[in-house]
Amino acid sequence: MVAQLLFFLLAIVAIAAALGMLIARNPVNSALWLVLNLFCIAGLYLTLNAQFIGIIQILVYAGAIMVLFLFVIMLLNLAELPRREDIDWKRGAAFILGMGVLAQLVYIVAMSFDVLPHPPAAQEAVATGSAQVLARALFTEYALPFEVIGLLLLVATIGAVMLAKRRFV
Amino acid sequence: MDLTNIYASLPADLVATFSMVLVALVALALVVWDAFRNNAPGIPWAGVVALGVAIVWELFALGDAPGTAWYGMVRTGGFAAFVNIVVLIGALLSIILSVPYLREIRHAHGEVYAIILFATVGMMLLGTANNLVAVFVGLETMSISLYILTGLVREDEGATESALKYFLLGAFSTGFFLYGIALLYGATGTMDLARMSEGLAAGENLVMFWAGVGLLLVGFLFKVSAAPFHMWTPDVYQGAPTTLTAYMSTATKAATFASLILVLYAALPPERWTMVLAVIAVLTMVVGNVLAIAQQNVKRMLAYSSIAHAGYVLVGLAAGTPAGYAGALFYLLVYSIMNIGAFGVMALLEWDGKEGQTQTLNSLAGIGPRKPLLGATMVVFMFALVGFPPLGGFWGKVAVFAPAVEAGLTWLVIVGVLASAVSAYYYLRVLYVFWMRSPEDEPEAAAVQDRVFAVPVTSAAVLIVCVVLLLYFGVRPGGILETTASFFAGPGASMALLP
Repeated sequence: MVAQLLFFLLAIVAIAAALGMLIARNPVNSALWLVLNLFCIAGLYLTLNAQFIGIIQILVYAGAIMVLFLFVIMLLNLAELPRREDIDWKRGAAFILGMGVLAQLVYIVAMSFDVLPHPPAAQEAVATGSAQVLARALFTEYALPFEVIGLLLLVATIGAVMLAKRRFV
Repeated sequence: MDLTNIYASLPADLVATFSMVLVALVALALVVWDAFRNNAPGIPWAGVVALGVAIVWELFALGDAPGTAWYGMVRTGGFAAFVNIVVLIGALLSIILSVPYLREIRHAHGEVYAIILFATVGMMLLGTANNLVAVFVGLETMSISLYILTGLVREDEGATESALKYFLLGAFSTGFFLYGIALLYGATGTMDLARMSEGLAAGENLVMFWAGVGLLLVGFLFKVSAAPFHMWTPDVYQGAPTTLTAYMSTATKAATFASLILVLYAALPPERWTMVLAVIAVLTMVVGNVLAIAQQNVKRMLAYSSIAHAGYVLVGLAAGTPAGYAGALFYLLVYSIMNIGAFGVMALLEWDGKEGQTQTLNSLAGIGPRKPLLGATMVVFMFALVGFPPLGGFWGKVAVFAPAVEAGLTWLVIVGVLASAVSAYYYLRVLYVFWMRSPEDEPEAAAVQDRVFAVPVTSAAVLIVCVVLLLYFGVRPGGILETTASFFAGPGASMALLP
């Protein structure tokens, strides 16, 4: 019960943050919304017992990558986008309510035809998220894709440097 | 945790995927070489040697029994060897054509050849992947490399535009692909293609499964530029350097179609998607062939023609029978050879200094008699692309259309044959302009009159090899067709799975 409550809380905040990122007019605000979104996703990983991925998500995405984003945004000194004219709240509310009713109807119809996917049992995810389990899978079963991802990152680096730095005659 | 013997199979795996490992190591070596000796002239030829060795290695593996390597990540054996050979031949011929061409447009950087080799590694992983993780990693390695190659001529606006377009749309389709993989994993509980149908039978998540299949197909169809996901193709093929277009229009398609065949054959029950693929095949053939008629630029025309050819291959896949898959594999081989040849000729006929983006077909009026080698080889490539009998293209079309008739898709084959009849118009118009118009008829051709197209010996050799191969496929297709058919049928077939 607590897990479900947590899931819905985190999911709603994550979706709201994603929307906030899209709607925000100021690029710095937009990036900060994205940080909130990434934190919520990390929380979802934790509720699924995937501690390692959750921590990595915070360290790498919310930490390192977002700091880089903010650096770039501030260095480029991006101007704030012009404000839109005010949103028509009545139409917005009508849209949200309408979609809510539609979703409920679709859910009921789908349930009566028994085509909904059944949620997996919660115990299945237990004990799969630790660093040891991940590392073992990564370096044995998935060793080949892991190595090729190394090549992929190398190609991306070479390409970025080549396209940006080459002096063209 | 017990870690003894987890790498016990490593030596065997390295031998089984020797060609992929070799190409990857040589590519890394080329990067280092280029760092110390900038643009050393030996770099492309080292790549050519590595690819040649890999091809010979794979030729010996053609008859091997099926199996998997690297914990079931990739397939080995005949099917994998055949796909690898097609991809490697595409890379080899494209690199040889690229050497003089890139020097001509002054972008002969050493990294380019390393990136081509990295893309080849990605394609080999993609074409032989037995696991959705490997499929995805291979697809991305290939795609990222191709984005870079497309944008190589950075100072040209058209090239930059095409690279950006390719990158953004490609990233979008990757999103679809990844969502599809996630849903398939959720529905079946496995990433392994061979075990996917068991997982589906065990679970009850049919809706999730078919939603995943749909998203996965969108990703695949984008990469092979099937309609209605073909929009990027003409702009990208027109804007990229011509010899690299030859590479990305052939090897990419071969690897992606091979992976699609594996997914369809190993993981999906056939009854539902046959009709979907048939409809997409019709759309692709009609859109490609009809729009190709209106093109004035030959590179753009060839781009639409490559869309049309993706449609012909899809006819084979829509049949959903082993014969259809075998025919599609044969078609991919033939298509690679004839398309590399056609793009190779166009690369040597470029005079506008903008990678052929702006020159029209009419400006090349009467080039045939003045450049007999280019004109004559172009005759062969164009007739092969039409599918004219004594050439390989004819047997390619037979190999994909005949199984579709047997599978009861006669209407689809009729559309296909009509579409190829339409294609004769725009392919043969190239030959008409090349050989039967004189430069005096065309005001545009005056600019080309003085320009000398020096044909390097290496490029001429590649074109002649392509012609010889096409003639060989046309006269004696039997051996190769039997080989591809043997992957799917009979005792001990590669596809009749698995350890």
